[in-house]
Amino acid sequence: MTELLYREALNQALREEMRRDDRIFLMGEEVGFYDGAFKVSKGLLKEFGTGRVIDTPITEAGFTGVGIGAAMVGLRPVIEMMTFNFAILALDQIVNNAVKIRYMSGGQLAIPIVIRGPGGPSRQLAAQHSQSLESLFCHIAGLSVIAPATPRDAKGLLKSAIRQDNPVIFIEGQELYSIKGEVPDGDYTIPIGRAEIKREGADVTVIAWSKMLLMALRCADRLSDEGVHAEVIDLRTLKPLDLPTLIASVRKTGRAVIVEEGWEFCGVGAQIATELNHDAFDAFDAPIERVTCFEVPTPYAKHLEQLALPTETRVIEAVKRTLYR
Amino acid sequence: MPKLTDTMTEGVVIKWHKHEGDRIESGDALAEIETDKAVMDLEAFGAGTLRKILVPDQSTVPAGQLIAVIAAPDEDIAPLLAEAGAASPAAARPAPKPPAATPTAPSTSPAAKPPGRPTAPPPSSGIKTSPLARRMAEEAGLDLATVTPTGPGGRIIKEDVEQALTAKRAAPKVSEPVYEVRPLSQIRKTIARKMTQSKAPVPHFYVTNEIDMERALTVKAELADREQPIKVTVTDLIIRALAVALTRFPQFNASFQDEGIRYHQSIHIGVAVGLDEGLIVPVLRDCQSKGLIQLAEEARLLFERAKSRRLQPDEYTGATFSLSNLGMEDVEQFSAIITPPEAAVLAVGKITQAPVVENGRVAVRRRMMTTLSCDHRVVDGLQAAKFLQALKHELEEPTGLLLP
Repeated sequence: MTELLYREALNQALREEMRRDDRIFLMGEEVGFYDGAFKVSKGLLKEFGTGRVIDTPITEAGFTGVGIGAAMVGLRPVIEMMTFNFAILALDQIVNNAVKIRYMSGGQLAIPIVIRGPGGPSRQLAAQHSQSLESLFCHIAGLSVIAPATPRDAKGLLKSAIRQDNPVIFIEGQELYSIKGEVPDGDYTIPIGRAEIKREGADVTVIAWSKMLLMALRCADRLSDEGVHAEVIDLRTLKPLDLPTLIASVRKTGRAVIVEEGWEFCGVGAQIATELNHDAFDAFDAPIERVTCFEVPTPYAKHLEQLALPTETRVIEAVKRTLYR
Repeated sequence: MPKLTDTMTEGVVIKWHKHEGDRIESGDALAEIETDKAVMDLEAFGAGTLRKILVPDQSTVPAGQLIAVIAAPDEDIAPLLAEAGAASPAAARPAPKPPAATPTAPSTSPAAKPPGRPTAPPPSSGIKTSPLARRMAEEAGLDLATVTPTGPGGRIIKEDVEQALTAKRAAPKVSEPVYEVRPLSQIRKTIARKMTQSKAPVPHFYVTNEIDMERALTVKAELADREQPIKVTVTDLIIRALAVALTRFPQFNASFQDEGIRYHQSIHIGVAVGLDEGLIVPVLRDCQSKGLIQLAEEARLLFERAKSRRLQPDEYTGATFSLSNLGMEDVEQFSAIITPPEAAVLAVGKITQAPVVENGRVAVRRRMMTTLSCDHRVVDGLQAAKFLQALKHELEEPTGLLLP
């Protein structure tokens, strides 16, 4: 075990995978000479050269399309979005090409591509750069969507994503790059589609991912002072959803609160709620609660931004509603 | 099922007098029907042939439902029957269930059910619960109707079920209760409804007085000893005394209504008559204009019909004041519940010999306790006391009762 930053763990994953398989290459804005906008690709250009670490113009649709083409002829591209807000420019390539080519070629062509980069609001980056777009990608049939919250999960899941033969959306937490955590030494993977119970408890299930997981854990600490034992589940993979883990937990607690930094309507939490309602209906003692961003473009003003996004207070209030307190 | 009384919502076909195919004349007694008040004959409204009987003897049927068809012998009654078939079927009066009946498995497999139909309705439907609470109650065999909800909007939640289960466990373990359920008779149902209507909304108060019956009983005995004996009961004497007192205190012959207090011109005294299955209150009409002898004769006939449950609806409705006498049942004193919309009811106990101090000496006198239950919206305690004093005076100085 070594204590690493989240960005260092991702860097290790890329480095180890690129050493393992020379079909893997990294492409995106500032990934080479600048070492990446968030330093995730630090030192990779030096080790692997300009043939495998490729700086691009500011052309998301273009370089995503190039990556898909490279995958069609047998390479394994990792495409970095400087932030996922810019992936919107590449949506046509992602939705219409990356996801559909295997199906529309009758299985002749695989697209083993990872599209990765930071997501979620950071601090005062204003409406266009402060979005949690995971539900947008979760909606597309055929995409896997991953959003790790810890350095260990980030490394293990990025490796699994790179090794998967189908497109993966890998959303890193922009605010998480500098958090520290224990990471196993050497090569390991974490399976896609498995949630993890990050804290056990019997009173209420709190479901979160990425940055919101850390908030959920802080809330669980505060709740335990009041004698409420929250079980905190980190989804890690948003799609495919690890329903069995969620069901087992709500069968134990009878309550669920889903914390999501994105907007409420058609959010990932809406899907989780409907699945739990269907498959664990008689487990619930109270309606499922959701805590989300309010239905506004994320404000720039600091105090308004704080008001719009989920807060610990709102999470704790939601937990108490499920407990009829 | 014709609505034979104003208040009946269902009736029981006790027994059909006629059979399918019988020739019927208008007015023929078709069947014996038990209403909420009495057993009476159902008479044919028109002539024809009794073509079809739709409900068997002992069926409980909602008022308004088709129970038989009288038609011309060759008339097509199929559409009529089809229409009746669409209505809810009459439920035969269930036989008392044996105690500790075990549930039997459904005879049809779920697969045999017509598609699209829901499976068994959820138990205790209409009760709001969380899904978890419902499942817990089901698994524990707990009747949700017995659980006090504390969730929002009256929702039963897990904690409430746990509370109920804890209470159940805490209760002393006794052997399974053994009981049988006897279906409510029509009269029992009516009593239950009427009494609840009374005791909950009508603010009762009670005033009790003791009446010396020595002279009244002497009058009774003397009337019986005449060459042509006149039979008068204590109840008759009380009815006559009540008629006099009510004339003086019309507020006790009144009804509380939203628009004001209704003072009745006539005094109709209802007298409770106990039957095995309940009580019925036949009404002696216009007591203000009848003498003791006439009242006694009318009461005798009325009570006989009541005991054989042959009263007509107008003979047990419309009382303006009621009397309940349990003296003959060895009751010293009791309080009665007012029958709305009446304002009062008099409860009378038995006549007992009691030592009484009279002019400084102890004498044995026959005395009787009376309790007046009053609707406090209409009358107050002082008036009730005065009314009882008037009644006491009439019975203790009984000459007045003999006046026409």
